[in-house]
Amino acid sequence: MAAIDIRAVDKSFQKLKVLHSVDLSIDKGEFIVLVGPSGCGKSTLLRMIAGLEEVTGGEIVIGGKRVNDLPPKERNLAMVFQSYALYPHMTVAGNMSYSLRLRKIAKEKIATAVAGAADILGLAPLVERRPRQLSGGQRQRVAMGRAIVREPQAFLWDEPLSNLDARLREQMRAEIKKLHRRLGATSIYVTHDQIEAMTLADRIVAMEAGTIQQIGSPEDLYERPANRFVAGFIGSPAMNFLDAQAAPANAGHARLVTEDGLTFEAIPGLELPSSRQLTIGIRPEHVLLGEAAGEGAKEATVDLVEPTGMGAIVHFRFADISHQAYHLGRASWRAGDSVKVALPTERLHLFDATDGRRLN
Amino acid sequence: MTVTMSRKRFAATLAHRLAVLAFIVVALFPLFWLLKVSVTPTKLLYSEGVRMWPSETTWAHYAFVIENSDFPLFFRNSLIVSLSTALIVTLVAAGAGYAMSRFAFRGKMWLVGLLLVTQMFPLVMLIAPIFKILSSIGLTNSLSGLVLVYTAFNVPFAVFLMQSFFDSIPKDLEEAAMIDGATRFMAFRQIIVPLTLPGMAATLGFVFTAAWSELLFALMLISKTDASTFPVGLLGFVSKFGVDFGQMMAAGVLALIPAVLFFLLIQRFLVKGLTAGAVKG
Amino acid sequence: MTASASLEQAQPDRRPLKRLGLRVEPYLYSAPAVIIVATVMLVPLVIGMTYAFRDIRLLNPFSGGFVGLDNFRRLAADGDFYLALKNTVFWTAASVFFQFTLGLILALLLNRPFAGRGIAQALVFLPWAVPSFLSGLDWAWLFNPVVGPIPHWLTALGVMSQPENILSDPDLAMWGPIVANVWWGIPFFAITMLAALQSIPADIYEAASIDGAGPFERFRAITLPFLAPTIAIAVLLRTVWIANFADLIVVMTNGGPADRTQIVASYIFTTAFRRLDFGYASAIAMVLLVLLMIYSLLIVILRQTLLARA
Repeated sequence: MAAIDIRAVDKSFQKLKVLHSVDLSIDKGEFIVLVGPSGCGKSTLLRMIAGLEEVTGGEIVIGGKRVNDLPPKERNLAMVFQSYALYPHMTVAGNMSYSLRLRKIAKEKIATAVAGAADILGLAPLVERRPRQLSGGQRQRVAMGRAIVREPQAFLWDEPLSNLDARLREQMRAEIKKLHRRLGATSIYVTHDQIEAMTLADRIVAMEAGTIQQIGSPEDLYERPANRFVAGFIGSPAMNFLDAQAAPANAGHARLVTEDGLTFEAIPGLELPSSRQLTIGIRPEHVLLGEAAGEGAKEATVDLVEPTGMGAIVHFRFADISHQAYHLGRASWRAGDSVKVALPTERLHLFDATDGRRLN
Repeated sequence: MTVTMSRKRFAATLAHRLAVLAFIVVALFPLFWLLKVSVTPTKLLYSEGVRMWPSETTWAHYAFVIENSDFPLFFRNSLIVSLSTALIVTLVAAGAGYAMSRFAFRGKMWLVGLLLVTQMFPLVMLIAPIFKILSSIGLTNSLSGLVLVYTAFNVPFAVFLMQSFFDSIPKDLEEAAMIDGATRFMAFRQIIVPLTLPGMAATLGFVFTAAWSELLFALMLISKTDASTFPVGLLGFVSKFGVDFGQMMAAGVLALIPAVLFFLLIQRFLVKGLTAGAVKG
Repeated sequence: MTASASLEQAQPDRRPLKRLGLRVEPYLYSAPAVIIVATVMLVPLVIGMTYAFRDIRLLNPFSGGFVGLDNFRRLAADGDFYLALKNTVFWTAASVFFQFTLGLILALLLNRPFAGRGIAQALVFLPWAVPSFLSGLDWAWLFNPVVGPIPHWLTALGVMSQPENILSDPDLAMWGPIVANVWWGIPFFAITMLAALQSIPADIYEAASIDGAGPFERFRAITLPFLAPTIAIAVLLRTVWIANFADLIVVMTNGGPADRTQIVASYIFTTAFRRLDFGYASAIAMVLLVLLMIYSLLIVILRQTLLARA
């Protein structure tokens, strides 16, 4: 188990710069999730930690040792690949024991380690099979088994669940979490799935375009996204955004007017110069509909209702802009109905219209 | 309505099977005839020339060819040349194919260009210069000379073939092995090579077949019986004893055997091989 | 690399040799292939080109000097060469046409599942594995009225008045090697086309049937457009290859009778191998190379104009 420090790390492929001075400190035993859209550099960063990509600039330090120039085999890390990368010509046991055999560990010890890992992952009856005789979920477990037979400095996970169907993905997600609790190993997990990020992480690192946008606990990222990108990326259905302008208000408060004529009075704790452009964000689950909207609610038109079972996603429009609300329980509206809508002031996220950074 | 439909379908199926059968008959008939004449006693050859199967068969032609002619020597020479060529080409091509599949390097474009150029010009152009060069260093009338020439002719296509086999093995496997604690070379030996073995066998088979069949350079470079390969020996035999059909065809059947064996070995890979070496036969 | 340069100065890379090793690795792996191809193919190619401007006859110890364009002047006046050129066009066109047509039909036949398809496939592809010299000899024997059935069949059908060897008939002789070549080359086209056919997604055909397309319409609207690129490449490459393919002719007719089956490639071989006139052989080879390059260039231009129009 080791702490990992990433210091001002750059990465370029020929002329193309894909990582810009990334800094990240990972504590011993921490579960870190790198999340972001494809092409944001999260996988490249993981592969640099693993030693599969050269470091263009900066330093990677694992357990207090600079590893920039160490080949993967000398870094003592374990990695689970998206494709699982199981060796097709070896049995399950052979796959799991390969790293131990390379280290010339005694046969009895290997056998114990493999049996232990197979037990934890429920693979015991399958150890003599070859990868092609296994189902997708079983292959995934073997890939995990290959990682846990060793005692690596850290586990690296490169989108390990994206080849599984939805139900299996949920199940494996829970197993990964249990496994982490049991082993307490430093883990770096790359995914583009924000639910995986939220459920697994001690801390999430949200990335875009080769830079870190925010580092924080899942709650932090959900409740106080540092900028418009993080706000839009975390949460499903995604946050609604409205363009707005600051209007003259009392001292210590802000008053906002959206382009479709909504006004938000007396937002406390924020002073804004008049006519400052900004973006208002509100999560669909915080939009109040119908009776819950109460006094002073606005009228909107329902576009579409998508029931999810637990509730419903209600698409409505103000003026000509479409927004979504998540309504818990049964939704009785139909397309074309008019509905009362309220956007509670205390739930608003405010972002600068130009650079997208959080204002409140 | 349904009756006519099923009748129509039946007719279509029948036509399809008959057409396939026709192709099979055309493909096999010349080989069947070779076999037939090779087991026909000489005395029946002229009286029963067009019969599908002679009234009497004999192994005498085979016995003669194997015991009293130089064909065992030719066969041995061809086997030595073809096997050595196939082994060397497969090794050399595995190296270049691996480099092309796994590395991005500046010289790659030049390498591909070089290999493609060699596939574009007529090989007969090389007959005169290669003869002069080899005779000046004493490599005419020598099996090593043939191996050298055949190796060069087959390397380009074999490189593309091996590259396609390496390409079909995910890079993840090597990376996983390196993280598991292997060096790149160990990953190559313990993970990639075992998985590429079928591909290497296929390359071996393709090159063997090509070397076994080569005629023109062998004719040019070999003039002594000692160093003759099968095609050279067989053509010499034809021009010398042009009437001994039974023996010639027995020799022909013997020449066919290794080719057919290797065909069975590489059958699965024909598509890959033909597309990699689309210029090659 | 620029960003890391400053850092590496502060903390120098402890393994510069190792880094160099990584850069050199692919060159090491490719070196044997490059060396052997360059020395055994490229070098002789260049040397062979100089032969075209020299008088090199193996039987004449006084030959070897440079003669400028003499070989080409002689070639320009060589009737045999023009005949060989004409024969090459006929040989290539007829062989490619029949190989392609029959190969495509075979591929279509094999593209639908039926019991025993695997065995049928192995059997029809078998001619590909037969060494070319052996298929030449085999067909020469089949055409020989003494041991072969074909002349007798043709006579029975009334095509021939009496069983004769077409290989010794100047008007028909070229069909001998062409038939052997077609028999031997059908598998190449069939395999290539079959691979292309099997890469057409099945649901496109299903969609077309639902849209009301019959079997012929499906072939015209889906199969042909999908196959077109493969057909174009296979035919182009195969044409060049067959134009250079002299084995069957050397084995079956040796260019005879009366040079009526001599193609340019076999003419080069005969000039070098029998007459041992390397200078003249190289001059012919140069002309063949130029003609093939012009052919390929024409194809490329044709393709471009067709694409531009589409």
